[in-house]
Amino acid sequence: MADPMRIRAQVAGDKATVRILMSHEMESGQRKDAAGNVVPAWYIQEVSATLNGKVVLTGEWGPAVSKNPFLQFTIKGAKAGDKVGVIWKDTKGDTRSDEATVS
Amino acid sequence: MKKFVGGVLLWSAVCVPAVWAQKTAVQSIEEYRAMLQDGNPADLFEAKGEDLWKQKRGPKALTLEQCDLGKGPGVVKGAFTELPRYFADTKRVQDLESRLLSCMETLQGFNAADIAKTAFDKGEQKTLTALATWISAESKGTKFNLSQAYPEERSFYEVGKRLFFQRGGPHDFSCASCHGQDEKRIRLQDLPNLTKNPGDGVGFAAWPAYRVSNGQMWGMQQRLNDCYRQQRFPYPGFGSDATVALAVYLGVNSQGSVSVAPAIKR
Repeated sequence: MADPMRIRAQVAGDKATVRILMSHEMESGQRKDAAGNVVPAWYIQEVSATLNGKVVLTGEWGPAVSKNPFLQFTIKGAKAGDKVGVIWKDTKGDTRSDEATVS
Repeated sequence: MKKFVGGVLLWSAVCVPAVWAQKTAVQSIEEYRAMLQDGNPADLFEAKGEDLWKQKRGPKALTLEQCDLGKGPGVVKGAFTELPRYFADTKRVQDLESRLLSCMETLQGFNAADIAKTAFDKGEQKTLTALATWISAESKGTKFNLSQAYPEERSFYEVGKRLFFQRGGPHDFSCASCHGQDEKRIRLQDLPNLTKNPGDGVGFAAWPAYRVSNGQMWGMQQRLNDCYRQQRFPYPGFGSDATVALAVYLGVNSQGSVSVAPAIKR
């Protein structure tokens, strides 16, 4: 099981800014280890975010995204108390989903 | 004469705005750091560290909640900015990481010598870094206030000072070669002068920190290890007296400065 994400969501006017920090190695598949063997690619491929269960963002990520990625976006019409959910799936099929309340 | 003065004025009129218009490399780096600050992945290690502190682990299956970091068993808030200090139970001056190692041995039954030999970022060393990140975060914003009351603490300061200036290795380097003067830099990295107080959140007050370039979380021990590597010195060993003495020297010099750890670095 992957480590939890850190999700912060804050209202400003009629929008909410969401900041997500994910814990992931994001191996590009381009690196070699000390013995010269290629470190197999292992990265987050699918990301999606929901507001009260309704999908508001989907993304397809590749090996160019950094280790422990940070994602920030704004949701129109989100209010304090709303639930923001985030789910990702990596190349090994491992997934992680976390939820935060908009404040 | 009048013409000459006019010439000087004209020269400065042309040149000064040109200097102002261009951001220095240092300013650009500051801007980049400020942008990263908001999403500092150290947060992830912090959360992990807090969890590990409260988890029943090791051969004895106990938590670290009874660990005495200098302010009494289990007191974490404010402990970081008073370390390294002398501990009567181990009869040693210890920094955060070597103290945590003692706690893991006495409370949880881990073998401290084995963990000290483990490479950084592997096995239980990962645990130590995460714990150090969380404990430092609990003292974020407080000022360094290291004790020099015990004779051991005073002698560690003196030893640390000597180690700081000790030159050797194939490059005839000392810590002071890089960190002994004001306004020095290596490529684009500003080098703080650590022979005096470098100010809030600089030098000793900025570690543990997350390194963006390699995606690793580093404690002070790993930072010192890297200093030694760059000097082409052998590393004195994890939690060794030499590294703790250096930490005492740096910490006492930073007295009164605000800790920003866990910080973010290039």
